[in-house]
Amino acid sequence: MVDAKIRIRQLSYSYGGAEALREINLDVPANAVTAFFGPSGGGKTTLLRLINRLNDLVEGTRMQGTILLDGENIYAPGVDVPRLRRRVGMVFALPLPLPGTVRENVVCGPRLAGIRDWGRLEEILERSLAQAALWNEVKDRLDDPAVALSGGQQQRLCIARSLALEPEVLLLDEPTSGLDPISTAKVEESLFELKQQYTIVIVPHSVQQAARVADYAAFFLMGDLVEVQEGTRIFTTPQDPRTEDYVTGRFG
Amino acid sequence: MDKGVIVTNRGGISGRRWTEVPIEATIRVLGFSTIGFVLLIFLFLLREGLPIFYEVPTGNLFGTRWYPTFELFGTLPLLLGSILVTVTAILIALPLGVATAVFVRELAPDWVREILKPMIEVLAGIPSVVLGFFGMHFVAPLIRNIFGAPTGLTVFTGALILAYMALPTIISVAEDALDTVPKSYRDAGLAMGATQWQTIWKVVVPAARSGILMAVMLGMGRAIGETMAVMMVTGNAARLPLTFDSLFRPARTMTATIAAEMGEVAQGSTHYHALFGIGIILFVLTFLINLTAASAIFRKQRRGGLR
Repeated sequence: MVDAKIRIRQLSYSYGGAEALREINLDVPANAVTAFFGPSGGGKTTLLRLINRLNDLVEGTRMQGTILLDGENIYAPGVDVPRLRRRVGMVFALPLPLPGTVRENVVCGPRLAGIRDWGRLEEILERSLAQAALWNEVKDRLDDPAVALSGGQQQRLCIARSLALEPEVLLLDEPTSGLDPISTAKVEESLFELKQQYTIVIVPHSVQQAARVADYAAFFLMGDLVEVQEGTRIFTTPQDPRTEDYVTGRFG
Repeated sequence: MDKGVIVTNRGGISGRRWTEVPIEATIRVLGFSTIGFVLLIFLFLLREGLPIFYEVPTGNLFGTRWYPTFELFGTLPLLLGSILVTVTAILIALPLGVATAVFVRELAPDWVREILKPMIEVLAGIPSVVLGFFGMHFVAPLIRNIFGAPTGLTVFTGALILAYMALPTIISVAEDALDTVPKSYRDAGLAMGATQWQTIWKVVVPAARSGILMAVMLGMGRAIGETMAVMMVTGNAARLPLTFDSLFRPARTMTATIAAEMGEVAQGSTHYHALFGIGIILFVLTFLINLTAASAIFRKQRRGGLR
């Protein structure tokens, strides 16, 4: 494998006694799309949320092992968590515009991070929206309420909101599960552009989507990481029989 | 014959079982009677209060002196007294109430929340006389000593007690509003690299703002209508609260005036009508407050906000 941006070592995680992830070892390569796929309840979303420490506030959990971002343990004491989350952006399953206008949604993150210069914020606004393939559609509607956009536009707005922070890693948790096929295609298209600059981890909402977008794919089953392969290989010649059963549609 | 058959036919008596008819009629009458009672109260208020507006010249009625024994019915000091006490109370209660709601909902660990919530509800159940008594004998001397006022029975004392009374309402309603903000909003805020503090103040609280506005309005409604505690601690001097130190001088509210004087007034006299006139003013005031709240919330919904 090429340069690993994220290294996950011996990671186990449990919610109130129930194991969600068991001894995961995984390298996520830089500047590529890595897909975590598998049936629901496999721990994909949990792992995603662990990578930017979103589960910190969930009570009654236990974690063992390490997650390294550029070789540094993100769970080490003294890590600046908000800064980590700016480096590792996240987009959720449901498009979730914050109350306010399109413009406010995008510049909110940078402003919270301390950028006050409006000229710079405008630059960020245009760049992020362009990267999320949304600029042309909303450039005349920047002061409309964000909820007035269509579902697909809202989701790309959420991607733009993450990109506004110039993250290094972008985590996408079923970003197209609520979208129609055309919007889905637009989001997937933008991923091809984005991976030039970013390390992308996606939990796709179907095996087909995984096959379309993934450079590398990891198959999760009931908290175990069954197999990691290059995307072209895992969907054509899977090594593990369980992976094969899943990608050929025998279960799931 | 077709007693056992349930026909799902909306509208038209034929679809219902005959036993349901009287039950439904009863419920309907009860429901409409609420509206009827409100109308009746309003009509009664108008009948008893309206005469004052032609018995006494307007200049007198909205004058600055309330001395009914000398036929002076200036309601201005009472109106301003009520407004000053209420607004001060809300200014005290709003930050406290919202901060408490945020603490209870967002920051407190589960076991603390389990203890705090019922305690806040108990707070709401304290009779206002008890609070008035507490205000008179504990808060008032404190105010007198700290601010060097001639008497501890002041607008500020009343506002403190009122704030205390409005707090449980504000906290519970604001907390409910915060509770309805989906968890995903918090995640979205945190994922943007906001600290927990920033997430609460920039994402969660703004998302709940219409509910918080509602909380304030309900608290205000409670404060402006409160009588007993206010009567006991504000000193009841009907002076115009216009000078800078009015906050630390006695004042008198509309509610206290009605409560204090209604028992001794001759029914049908000018004074009697004047007290009902105050009642009308109070009614209109609360109506305006509710109207403002409702329209603010309505506008928010139209603008495509959350709730």
